Amino acid sequence: MSHAHTHDHDHAPEHSEVPSDPALRVKALESLLVEKGLVDPAALDAIIDAYERKIGPRNGARIVARAWTDPAFKQRLLDDATAAIAEMGFAGRQGEHMVAVENTPAVHNMVVCTLCSCYPWPVLGLPPLWYKSAPYRSRAVIDPRGVLHEFGLDLAPEVEIRVWDSTSEVRYLVLPERPAGTEAMSADELAEMVTRDSMIGAERLSAPGKGAAA
Amino acid sequence: MNGIHDMGGMHGFGPVEREANEPVFHAPWEARIFAIRHAMGAWGKWNIDGSRYSREIIPPAQYLRMSYYERWIAGLITQMIDADLVTREEVESGRAAPAAPKATPALAPGEVMKVLSRAPSLRDVPVTAGFKPGDRVRTRNIHPVGHTRLPRYARAKAGTIRHDHGVHVFPDASAHGLGEQPQHLYSVRFEANELWGEAAGARQAVHLDLWESYLEHI
Repeated sequence: MSHAHTHDHDHAPEHSEVPSDPALRVKALESLLVEKGLVDPAALDAIIDAYERKIGPRNGARIVARAWTDPAFKQRLLDDATAAIAEMGFAGRQGEHMVAVENTPAVHNMVVCTLCSCYPWPVLGLPPLWYKSAPYRSRAVIDPRGVLHEFGLDLAPEVEIRVWDSTSEVRYLVLPERPAGTEAMSADELAEMVTRDSMIGAERLSAPGKGAAA
Repeated sequence: MNGIHDMGGMHGFGPVEREANEPVFHAPWEARIFAIRHAMGAWGKWNIDGSRYSREIIPPAQYLRMSYYERWIAGLITQMIDADLVTREEVESGRAAPAAPKATPALAPGEVMKVLSRAPSLRDVPVTAGFKPGDRVRTRNIHPVGHTRLPRYARAKAGTIRHDHGVHVFPDASAHGLGEQPQHLYSVRFEANELWGEAAGARQAVHLDLWESYLEHI
């Protein structure tokens, strides 16, 4: 766009004041915006701190563990995920309108954003690189079984795959299946074993020490 | 727009590579541009739909060469110049123009929740729903040159309304300063063989959230 040199990472132009290195460009941009009074660097630190330390997939894992152990909560989650998730104290940008979709032995749900990177930030944090990558965005809708196979998950042919393409402000959280052999575990212990990828629908969970289920 | 960002169904990008123990940001500059974009949003000069469009108009070859957050840099600069918050000369020199007024107050550390809290797209306005769950619909064969949330792979396809999400801001209008034009948003189910032909696997479907004006009755 405004950067004629973005493609030129290997040999930066000698006579340009626009650094091609994104680190230098962002540094220059921040200093310009601070000079103009448009941003306060301390506010930037606070925003980064929120996403590095407070908002992440442990939030989603607590929701899943509670749904597994509290049938009334699970019903509320499936009926109105926005309200049920807010009840647990999680709400915010990119999680305004939530829908939870339940994986069962017969149905496997997985979530993608083919157009960009829509993802439920308040419960899962910021998306991993693979979720934002061209291979996932292009293939999840046309070849979900192939993608899952690469992820180590071979679903039986009779399992229905539902892919949710996040085209609106509605954000999707997959409620993974509770693995067999976890009946004695507490909600806190269960939350520990719920992975980020299982809440995107990119993997199935197995009981600790049991290896991957498929 | 029929841009490179609309990737659903494309071939040739290779396998999906997952990274173990991935950090939230891969470099400090990624965290800074992420935060700068949010802090700049507090000036209220644009909305999320316009922000998405600012990245969609990156020329295809550049889009593919850029990393995710490099696209954020490009998109944010476009938006800031369009909103007269900075000039291209200032971005290129890294220094404020001598006569540039100093904007105040910038988003303060104690106010960051303002840009991290909910910004719902649901609108409490009376708009008639043209469809109801169970209705068979076909997506329109449209190719808007501006922002749209109807991916190419789902145009002119038959599906079934599964749920009415209520009345939401219409991104195709909102991205271009044409107001919110709120309308019903539906979850629509498409069987894989409708989207991808008979070779597509059985027991496979894609669900998309689609606005009223993308749809017509069959």
